[in-house]
Amino acid sequence: MQEARGKTVTVIKDILGANEQIALENRGLFNEKGVFVLNVMAAPGAGKTSLIQRTIEPLRDRLRIAVIEGDVASTIDADRIAGLGIPAVQINTGGACHLDASMVRSALSGLSLEDIDLLLVENVGNLICPTGFALGEHLKVMVSSTPEGDDKPYKYPGMFSAVDVLLLNKVDLLPLLDFDMDTFRRGVEALNPNVAFFPVSCKTGEGIEAWVEWLLARRDQGFQP
Amino acid sequence: MHELAVTQSMLNLALEYAERASAQRITRINLVVGEIAGIVDESVQFYFDFISQGTPAEGALLSFRKLPARFRCTACGQEFPLRDGDWTCPACQRLGGEVISGREFYMESIEVE
Repeated sequence: MQEARGKTVTVIKDILGANEQIALENRGLFNEKGVFVLNVMAAPGAGKTSLIQRTIEPLRDRLRIAVIEGDVASTIDADRIAGLGIPAVQINTGGACHLDASMVRSALSGLSLEDIDLLLVENVGNLICPTGFALGEHLKVMVSSTPEGDDKPYKYPGMFSAVDVLLLNKVDLLPLLDFDMDTFRRGVEALNPNVAFFPVSCKTGEGIEAWVEWLLARRDQGFQP
Repeated sequence: MHELAVTQSMLNLALEYAERASAQRITRINLVVGEIAGIVDESVQFYFDFISQGTPAEGALLSFRKLPARFRCTACGQEFPLRDGDWTCPACQRLGGEVISGREFYMESIEVE
C-alpha cells in the first residue's frame, strides 16, 4: 500500500463552514446597515413570489423594500417584482437547488443597502436543500400551500422544524380540498412548537394583515434571530 | 446538484491542507457524514472523480463514516434514533424533537504523501 509511506493530516473542519462564515459576514453587514432580511423558502408553486408581492403592498409606504430572487433559470420572478417599482436582483443558480451565502453576497452588489429597510430573499423552490445553507437572514420563512396536502410536515420534517415563520397559503381553496387542518397543525406543532403560524390566501388577501403586523413587530424587536 | 457545490468545497479544503503539509499527493480523504445531512455519498464520489482531475487529489479514495441521526423528544425528553425515516418518539409517539446528531458533514483527516 502506498499509504504506508504517507502520513495523515488532521483536518476536523466543517465542509459547509465556508458558507456559515460568509453567512455571518452577511448578517453583520445587514445589521450594520439596518436591513432586516427574510429567507423565503417553499416548494415550487406554493406562492413565494405572490407572498412577497402581498407583503410589499401594505409595507411599501412604511419601509424601503428590496427583493433578491433565486431561481434555477429565468428572470420571470424578478420582472414581476420590478414591475411593482421595487428594486429586484435575480440570481440564476444555473441548476443548483438552493441559494448559498456567497450567491447572496454577490447579489448585494446590485443593491444599495443604505437605502433598504427590508430585504426579501426568495430561495429556490425546494423543501430540502435550502435548510442546510444559511444566507445571513434574520428570519427563515416557509410558505406551504393547501394543495400540497396536510401531510407535508410529516414528509419534510427538516424544513418544518427549521423555520421561524410558517405561512399556509391558498386557504381560499380549503372548501375544495381534502385538507385536514388539525392533521397539518399537529405535525407542525410537534416539529416546531414555537413557530409563528399564519393561514393566508395571496389570492384574496385573507390573513395577510396579521402576518404583516407580526413581521413589523418582529422587526421592531431588533435584529437578533 | 447540491453535491457539486459541496464536493467543490470539500476538494478545496483537502487541497488547502495538503499544500500546508507540503504534500505531493492526497491518497485518501476521511469524511464524516450525518444520516440527515442530505449528502449522497455516491454523488459526492461521482463529482469528486471529475473535478479532482489534474489536482493533487486526483485518484484519492473517499471514505464516508456515517453518523446516525438522534433526537431528543421535546415532550418527554426521551432520546431516540431515526428509524426508517420516522421521527416519531417511541416513548410518547410525539412527532419530532431536537436534533442531537445527524446533520454533521465534516472532514476528519486526509492521508497524503
